Amino acid sequence: MSEANVIGGLSGGAMIGLASVLLLLLIGRITGISGILGGVVNWNATKDLPWRVAFIVGLILGAILYRLFWGPLPLQLQARGVMLVVAGLLVGVGTRVGSGCTSGHGVCGIARRSTRSVSATLTFMGVAMLTVYITRHAIA
Amino acid sequence: MSKIVVALVAGIIFGLGLCVSEMINPTRVIGFLDVFGRWDATLLLVMAAAVTIAGIGFPLVARRAKPILVDKFVVPEKTDIDLRLITGSVLFGVGWGLAGLCPGPAIAALASMSPSILMFVVAMIVGQWLASRFEG
Repeated sequence: MSEANVIGGLSGGAMIGLASVLLLLLIGRITGISGILGGVVNWNATKDLPWRVAFIVGLILGAILYRLFWGPLPLQLQARGVMLVVAGLLVGVGTRVGSGCTSGHGVCGIARRSTRSVSATLTFMGVAMLTVYITRHAIA
Repeated sequence: MSKIVVALVAGIIFGLGLCVSEMINPTRVIGFLDVFGRWDATLLLVMAAAVTIAGIGFPLVARRAKPILVDKFVVPEKTDIDLRLITGSVLFGVGWGLAGLCPGPAIAALASMSPSILMFVVAMIVGQWLASRFEG
């Protein structure tokens, strides 16, 4: 068992929760990142482009601030090349078709006690675990 | 304007949270997903903390007639668990398991200027766009 990042995990998670509460309280929106991005990708379909772009810029800015004031980004990639492209395509198609990702379904949806989001989260988490089992253990 | 500032600040807090929790790191994420390997519980702690804060905050916010800066809440209203939801979640799960990256961390990780991350994000955007082409 790898050592868990307990303090960082809990405080980082609390920050993610706080950001989601702020967004709902102030501008009435759910913090679903695939949905926020989706509204930018299909910019014709939405009139509220500016806040979406601002949130996405903020995400990147948050990581830049971390680099400036805390230290190097904890980033060790696992997939490379074609595999990374295939994974990206699947994440894009899947979050669009399934109306959400880890933030929208996994955090906000569960916090809203949505059975739809709980079902989605159990599905993508279970499938991701199976995928890791197959690529890490069954094939290797 | 104030909407933009709020979204920017919320994005920054969220992005910092992803870094502090190390959920920006695919190795941590795969470590959680690898239940038959060296299991890493971090992602579970992150979700527990985030869901707890949001689970307390959302019902309090919902008592208000409207958000502070705009006229109405825009929240998902669908409740049915249909084939679309499950199919999409399966596809997302495969992609998440292959790379250990989901949309939030992938976008935040653009800050690393890594060409691999950029490639993933472009593929993700293309995927979203392709899927939207087939929507009715």
